[in-house]
Amino acid sequence: MSDTTAHEEPELIQLLTPEGELTGHPDYPLEISADEVRALYRDLVLVRRVDSEAVSLQRQGELGLWASLLGQEAAQIGSARALTDRDMAFPSYREHGVAWCRGIEPEELLGMFRGVTNGGWDPHEHGLHLYTIVIGSQALHATGYAMGIQRDGAVGEDGSAVIAYFGDGATSQGDTNEAFNFAAVDNAPVVFFCQNNQWAISEPQGRQSRAPIYRRAAGYGFPGMRVDGNDVLACLAVTRAALTNAREGNGPTLVEAFTYRMGAHTTNDDPSRYRASAELDEWKAKDPILRVRRYLENNGLADDAFFASVDEEAERIGEQVRTQCRALPDPEPLEIFDEVYAEPNVHIDQQRSEFAEYLASFEGAGAEGGR
Amino acid sequence: MTSKLTISKAINAGLRAAMEHDPKVLVMGEDVGRLGGVFRVTDGLHKDFGADRVIDTPLAESGIVGTAIGMALRGYRPVVEIQFDGFFFPATNQTFTQLAKMRRRSAGKLSVPLVIRIPYGGGIGAVEHHSESPEAYFTHTPGLRVMTIANPEDAYWGIQQAIRSEDPVIFLEPKRRYYEKAEVDTGTAFDDALSMGAARIARPGTDATLLAYGPMIKTALQAAEADTDHSLEVIDLRSLAPVDYPTIVESVKRTGRLVLTHEATLTGGPGAEIAARVTEECFYHLESPVIRVTAFDTPYPQSRLEEHYLPDLDRVLDGVDRAFAY
Repeated sequence: MSDTTAHEEPELIQLLTPEGELTGHPDYPLEISADEVRALYRDLVLVRRVDSEAVSLQRQGELGLWASLLGQEAAQIGSARALTDRDMAFPSYREHGVAWCRGIEPEELLGMFRGVTNGGWDPHEHGLHLYTIVIGSQALHATGYAMGIQRDGAVGEDGSAVIAYFGDGATSQGDTNEAFNFAAVDNAPVVFFCQNNQWAISEPQGRQSRAPIYRRAAGYGFPGMRVDGNDVLACLAVTRAALTNAREGNGPTLVEAFTYRMGAHTTNDDPSRYRASAELDEWKAKDPILRVRRYLENNGLADDAFFASVDEEAERIGEQVRTQCRALPDPEPLEIFDEVYAEPNVHIDQQRSEFAEYLASFEGAGAEGGR
Repeated sequence: MTSKLTISKAINAGLRAAMEHDPKVLVMGEDVGRLGGVFRVTDGLHKDFGADRVIDTPLAESGIVGTAIGMALRGYRPVVEIQFDGFFFPATNQTFTQLAKMRRRSAGKLSVPLVIRIPYGGGIGAVEHHSESPEAYFTHTPGLRVMTIANPEDAYWGIQQAIRSEDPVIFLEPKRRYYEKAEVDTGTAFDDALSMGAARIARPGTDATLLAYGPMIKTALQAAEADTDHSLEVIDLRSLAPVDYPTIVESVKRTGRLVLTHEATLTGGPGAEIAARVTEECFYHLESPVIRVTAFDTPYPQSRLEEHYLPDLDRVLDGVDRAFAY
């Protein structure tokens, strides 16, 4: 089967080249101070450090699993720093950089991967819904939430918008495509932020979509664009524009952040079974952190002391994540029965008391039980 | 000819045998091709049978089951893999409204010989949606056959029998037992292999019947071994729909007691229906009520609690004790 679609090469919106040159973009002017760029650099470095520590903790048996964001830091930090406190984000399960920007403590993030919680934070408090594992489900939740904002009349400058995070694999799911359509027909204030990291576990992006992902938006009747997902400034500028557009009542946008999953799908995965290492080398040259550092260095906007202080802070955070993770307490057995229903439930109550009685029957019989 | 295989390798060998036997057999799913599936159950099939017969599908479970139905209508015998139990749910519409009803609504003119393989059950320390036991949804749906396996021999023959069935089959694979090894006799002729429709007496006994399936068979056998006060007969159900009641009823009439165990939740679980039927058919032989040892009626908990949530050896033995308390 040959690819006969005559598509022109997709435009990639980029403000900062891999070499660290700030080129800007006519459609996405970005006024940004040196302080702000340094802050973004700090975010990128720190979140990569949290991530690498989590991978180590999984290797040490402290976490059951970890889904690394390595390579996707700019897409997440850039887009999430475009959000205001009034906005709401619906993540998939790899959005550790988004969580960082929404004020989630790393230990709250680790709880789910350690198996001590199924969530970990208060979504309302942080403007960040819980991680969603079943692929694409959250795109509909984001759309519905945006439809609520619309009905609240929370539009305009002080209004709210929603951002839905998902990956290239999720664009195959019915839920995601239904979300595009619902958002379009209701003109809902939602930004669909697709991190196209090129791989859905072992399947290359071409197995999910024959046309570039951002072009789907046109079929649903709203704008879509491809942004350099390794360019934190481009992700910030484009997402900010899309969110503003949404808040002003102009409806949804699909942002395809073109990036790369530099690590495995999760710690259970072995990418050497399905992709060539040369591909990784190619993307390493487009590293999201390196280009910001080059920009700061080349323009004399940060000195060695700044970079050293960020590195030191990263080390401290690594250590803090390690300590906090190991100290996360196991839940009590009877917590199994908590928060299943809002109203009292006779089945749950009966099973809880029977199980409590059962557990009590082992007391004094030794740690391994009575047998 | 026998070889020592894990359950995972035995399913792989069974798939291979089915694909060699019938060129219409296809494998479809997420990551089943080059990667060989996240559990490596389809390892090597893509290399040996090619991308037309081992299809890395887009990431969409409804799409996988729906297109497999279409391929089956065109004369193929697709074996689809749903990556994890909790990811089956996007495919519920295609499975319940279309797949299960196609034969009946076409007055028998349409056959959908489709197998849906699902790694299921808990005990692997996974994150949410990777440890579910959804079998009751399937057993509650007329038109579907539901099978599960507990050892490599049944894995090897079971998958082949599922593929040869003219009915749609939900084939549940106990993921925490994938790497358990045993001898498999691959030399038997297909027609001579024991039918997976029949329950199997995994361990004969005289005092009580302990009924289990899939991942709980190992635990049930351990319980029978550990209970030195009673002789427990362990039955491996194997087919959850339809259920081989004659084997169960014969056993319970001999032992007078039935203890059922599964990882699925209690209320409306497969054990509830079996308990009702056994009560009807064995009423005058029962020395105690049918006892169920199952997961609780709550969502599957975070993995650090799963050892409490899943029925384990102690809880099964406690259930046996309760049966003997009458």
